[in-house]
Amino acid sequence: MWNRFRSNIGAMVGVLLLLAVILIAIFAPLLFAHSPWQMVQRPFLPPFSMDGLPLGTDTLGRDVASQLAYGARVSLLVGLVSTLVALLIGVPLGALAGFYGGYVDEGAMRFTEFFQTIPNFALAIVLVAIFEPTLASITLAIAIVSWPPVARLVRAEVMSVRKREFVDAATLAGLSKPRILVRQVLPNTVSPIIVMASLMVATAILLESSLSFLGLGDPNAMSWGYMIGAARTVIRSSWWLSFFPGIAIVITVLALNLIGEGLNDALNPHLSRKGKA
Amino acid sequence: MSTTLAIEHLTIGLPEGADRPFAVEDVTMSIEKGEILCVVGESGSGKSMTANALMGLLPPGVTVKAGRAMFEARDVIRLPEPEKQALRGASIAMIFQEPMTALNPLMRIGEQIAEVFAAHDRYTQSERREKALALIREVQLPDPEKIIRAYPFQLSGGQRQRAMIAMALALEPKLLIADEPTTALDVTTQAQILKLILDLRERRGMAVMFITHDFGVVAEIADQVIVMREGRVVERGIAADVLGNPQHEYTKRLLDAIPTGTLPQARQLSDTPALEIKGLRKVYRTGGGLFKPVREVRAVDDVSLTVARGEVLGLVGESGSGKSTLGRTAVRLVTPDGGQVLVGGTDLAALSDEELRKQRHKVQMVFQDPYASLNPRQRIMGAITDGPITRGIPRKEAEARARELLEIVGLGAEAASRFPHEFSGGQRQRIGIARALAMDPELIIADEAVSALDVSIQAQVLDLLRALREKLELSILFITHDLRVAAQLCDRIAVMQKGKLVEIGTVHEIFLEPKQDYTRQLLAAVPGAGWDRQGAA
Repeated sequence: MWNRFRSNIGAMVGVLLLLAVILIAIFAPLLFAHSPWQMVQRPFLPPFSMDGLPLGTDTLGRDVASQLAYGARVSLLVGLVSTLVALLIGVPLGALAGFYGGYVDEGAMRFTEFFQTIPNFALAIVLVAIFEPTLASITLAIAIVSWPPVARLVRAEVMSVRKREFVDAATLAGLSKPRILVRQVLPNTVSPIIVMASLMVATAILLESSLSFLGLGDPNAMSWGYMIGAARTVIRSSWWLSFFPGIAIVITVLALNLIGEGLNDALNPHLSRKGKA
Repeated sequence: MSTTLAIEHLTIGLPEGADRPFAVEDVTMSIEKGEILCVVGESGSGKSMTANALMGLLPPGVTVKAGRAMFEARDVIRLPEPEKQALRGASIAMIFQEPMTALNPLMRIGEQIAEVFAAHDRYTQSERREKALALIREVQLPDPEKIIRAYPFQLSGGQRQRAMIAMALALEPKLLIADEPTTALDVTTQAQILKLILDLRERRGMAVMFITHDFGVVAEIADQVIVMREGRVVERGIAADVLGNPQHEYTKRLLDAIPTGTLPQARQLSDTPALEIKGLRKVYRTGGGLFKPVREVRAVDDVSLTVARGEVLGLVGESGSGKSTLGRTAVRLVTPDGGQVLVGGTDLAALSDEELRKQRHKVQMVFQDPYASLNPRQRIMGAITDGPITRGIPRKEAEARARELLEIVGLGAEAASRFPHEFSGGQRQRIGIARALAMDPELIIADEAVSALDVSIQAQVLDLLRALREKLELSILFITHDLRVAAQLCDRIAVMQKGKLVEIGTVHEIFLEPKQDYTRQLLAAVPGAGWDRQGAA
């Protein structure tokens, strides 16, 4: 599997890009002496015009490069944690629905559809507006709007695995139903879940940026969306203030998507789009 | 007679990383006009690759390295694609194993046949319809006017294969390639399709390249036989010679592996029953709505039978006869609508889920598909010991027993720490048998347990089951569609048709003095029935 993944150039590029972003996020305090909130020079300093401030300064004279690096922490953290929470909701619900069927399935799926009928972003805005906008509440809001597809995917996978003969064999071995679900069925559904999770991290990062752009971000956390949002009034005079965080978002999301597709091709070689001529 | 197709020194290369460098190596064969050439071999012998190369259907990465295939003075392998396309269907036609997937499910049968004419720009709309109708008549599909408007799902397997043949015949090809065309069919249907192919050959004088793994089928229709193994031709000759006087070791082994009509010695059976089924009924209901009546299928209709301790009872029937449902009801993977399933005095059909879980070990099952019946993410040890450990046997003891069982089924104890994908189909079936034995069952139900295996592997697994029967005094309900296989292993045979038990008796009674018409039909349809190997050898 690793060999198949490694031979996928796009996926390897994704891994390198993501690794770079992660390293920058981790070593942000070492790379930049001053905090992203600290005013270090005169405002609106264009990029590459002064040593030590490669990407210039923003409307208040803060270091844009430092902001980017610290923003990476927020984006990655929110993306990762909200995906984990979404999986924690979606996987058990989908698994129960797919495995037990009948009323359990009906109930779980109607509940899922309830969330699916409300536009993602609108629901996220409402949730964040109701709670205090903190990192935790934003993460939770994103998780709450992104679990339904997970539930549906897991349900479908479980339904197909459950009909295979080894599940019958486990039943004949006298295993209890919960045990069959956890030990026999779920391990056979992980590949598509992993693929979906990697793509969900990308979506979550976009959602977080959009929320911050609208001013619904955590006021104490520097994030890419916030940077773009704050810079939108001066976009014509100081293009670099929105350009660089925009590029950062594009690169990170692209990297995650490349990795997701690479994983998909590696884990499901038969479904690989490149396999057939 | 003139040669229709001459394949000379054909070599087909496999992509790097395959288990051997060539799918087919230096294969030479020729088919005369009006002749049926059977290409026989087990899975992986390269017989289908040869056919696919002729049609230009090789999968990506697989290429023809050397050799040529002369058809009408042209090398079909090296023709440019447009000419190949003109050739396909018009001069060389092909029919496939699985008629359901080979037909377009959204197109009416008539349209699909007419499509062949359209693809080659022949005739007008109305002529095409006329021709299609004539073809449907020629392949003896019932009620042509109705069939022409039917969708594939409305046809039975045999009818679909006839429709496929009609499509293949549409442009009167000189060569028909048939790739295991009867493997997915019931014996009686298979016999009809074989007869149809023989008739058509007679009437149209076309050459037929018939790919099969079944020497019974070869005996029915072949003029010439080529035996392939791992990409090479190991034996060739006139059918009667190859079958009657095989020269090569491999051919001999293949022929020996075929279940023969020779009946085993009858054994003395005990009187204590291991399984008693009384008045078992199972009805499947489908459809039904506000305005639609519910469709009922009586899968098992009031069946009663017993399996004595130490007996192997064969349950034979065609697809849809309810034999599998009966088996699944006996282990209660399916809950019956009525009747009793008595195992050692307990009625499995009446237990609650929780009680049933504790009684599960009494009846175990060996499944048909060796690839689907083992969890790909679980080691063999886990697969075998899960059941015993749940029953309360200490892990150490269960694992020791599992190793012992793996030895008994001929795999060796070290197999325990490996994953299913490391084993071949036959080996997996052995694992499945070990898993069933680990539960110390009173009865094992083998549901088409050898149907998915090559003949030589099939023979090995049957040998294993026979040995186990002696050693462990196993009681087995052996479900199969293949009378030849049943004859080899079973003490008694029960014949099912449309959910009902038609006839039950000892192997000798069923084979030598069948009482029911249906049993006689089944026996007559067994391919190679008329070919007495003992006499010929």
